Amino acid sequence: MLIGEDILEKVVCEAEVEIKNADGLHMRPAMQFVDLASTFECDVTVSNSQNSVDGKSIMQMSMLAATCGTELKVKAQGADARQAIDALRELVEEKMFDEPPPGSKKKS
Amino acid sequence: MRFADFVCFEAVIPQLKAADRDGVITELVSALVKAGRLEDKKRREIIKTVINREQEASTGMGKGVAVPHVKHEAAKDVVAAIGLSSGGIDFTSLDSQLVYSVILLISPVDNPDRHLQAMESIFKHLQHERFRSFLRQSQTAEQIADLLSEADENPYL
Repeated sequence: MLIGEDILEKVVCEAEVEIKNADGLHMRPAMQFVDLASTFECDVTVSNSQNSVDGKSIMQMSMLAATCGTELKVKAQGADARQAIDALRELVEEKMFDEPPPGSKKKS
Repeated sequence: MRFADFVCFEAVIPQLKAADRDGVITELVSALVKAGRLEDKKRREIIKTVINREQEASTGMGKGVAVPHVKHEAAKDVVAAIGLSSGGIDFTSLDSQLVYSVILLISPVDNPDRHLQAMESIFKHLQHERFRSFLRQSQTAEQIADLLSEADENPYL
């Protein structure tokens, strides 16, 4: 059992995700990301070319200032790492945080 | 981006008069108007927009800080006002704690990247405990300005 648990603990998953919504990773999307990441047990680390931050910390995620087109590396470490990566990738690239991509933005 | 690039030092209030969230937002927007960074005729509208944004989701990020912000056509470039409250303000923060330092940010509508860069500088520093406590303990606008320029010089403050 111990060995089995040990193996589960060490699941590591990584994915490159691209920010596709026009406004980028501003506070509301960052909150969505943090909320989703926090539903998983695994640790989530998000990196741009300069920084690696805790994907469950809103302050740290806001610091990434990922603009539209930015590639981020998301790394999950823990038993449910695979599920976390799949869900986070879907949020960023497919749902685009429920925001429009560039060009289709309505005037506010 | 550096603090000096977007913080309006004439709109830095070391002792906020208001003791509630909407009052603080009003005070800070009014300070930006008084400093000539926003038009007076847009004042009410901007205040309302910031409050509405805050109703949607609190920008009280925990650890005693809040960063209310909106995009508004009245802003030519990103501009920030800063206010401190010794009594603390209820911002319905994530961690349910009172807020002692408020950074209000108004960004232009058509430049999301610029907004993100300003947020980056703000949070780069706000996540450091030392910076947060120095900011909170500042007594005068001058001390705040000194702290921000020190932070600009030394990102690891």
